[in-house]
Amino acid sequence: MALTLHFIPYAEIEDLGSARRVKKIIDLVKENKIVLLEGKLKKQEETDLIEITMEEISDKFKGIELAVISPEKKDKDFFKKLKHNFFGLLLGDRVGFTIIGPAAIVKEIKKDPDKIELFTQDIKKKKK
Amino acid sequence: MVVDIIKKFINSVLRSLFKKKKHVRLGLYGPPNGGKTTLANRICQDWLGEEMGKVSSIAHETREIQIKEQVNIKSKGRELSFNLVDTPGIATRIDYEDFMKVGLKEKEAKKRAKEATKGVIDAIKWLDDMDAVVIVLDATKDPYSQVNITIIGNLAARNIPVLLVGNKVDLKKADLKRIEAAFPQYNVIGISAKYGNNVDKFYEGLFALVG
Repeated sequence: MALTLHFIPYAEIEDLGSARRVKKIIDLVKENKIVLLEGKLKKQEETDLIEITMEEISDKFKGIELAVISPEKKDKDFFKKLKHNFFGLLLGDRVGFTIIGPAAIVKEIKKDPDKIELFTQDIKKKKK
Repeated sequence: MVVDIIKKFINSVLRSLFKKKKHVRLGLYGPPNGGKTTLANRICQDWLGEEMGKVSSIAHETREIQIKEQVNIKSKGRELSFNLVDTPGIATRIDYEDFMKVGLKEKEAKKRAKEATKGVIDAIKWLDDMDAVVIVLDATKDPYSQVNITIIGNLAARNIPVLLVGNKVDLKKADLKRIEAAFPQYNVIGISAKYGNNVDKFYEGLFALVG
């Protein structure tokens, strides 16, 4: 079974209101696509995403798996920190990545400072 | 931006009023099966002599908001009164087939799943009504799940004080340091709500949180 990864550049959601942003993501995930969003949602939008996911749950749609990856802030060097904060201010929610996948396909997303592991469901087992 | 500042100001004024009244609405939040209801029962048993809700090893046992009004706790000559709100576990996925795997019949599993989804929605809606929140995490599980980060981030954005509890420290796999590393800006208290380990420290933490 092929997995579809759908990339959404930040520019595509930049001018959308919160409700439309969340709906756009949910609609894609319900098509069994794994969404890779440039940047991240606002905190309130993340809870809206969970709320709407719960409203949409059915026998076919089991929910989502979600992970937000932000750049590490480990730099101890003052100027590097300053540069990081400056770009953060400049780019806002554009910094980092958000992965949202349908729970029927994505079993778990594990985050590690250096890697992201995406575990998929064992489809063969489910068909038995 | 200006609206946010005004909101934060109003929230902090209201919160300080609540603090003065020593009668706050304290919410127990966290992922399913972290031990929120076990902790609620521990608090209610310790201070009211009665239990609050039913616990189960099957996830999403608590599917409705439960409130116990006027819980009074005492520590070192101080007294604190609050309304305790036990909330359903917040999850991003609910599959009725998972309930069938642990022995529920299909009809029962579907009903539980439907109620669980409503419970998650209610728990999120209630976030705004809390004066302080205890996040109950299972110390044997990976704390870096996005649900934990989302809940804690939302509470921070709303300026609601948070106490992190790493529950189930009686189990060998428990790793409190992992929770501390994941959320270094918060006070983390390791407890076993089931056996009562370290609950005194938890009560002290509550006084520090809302006292």
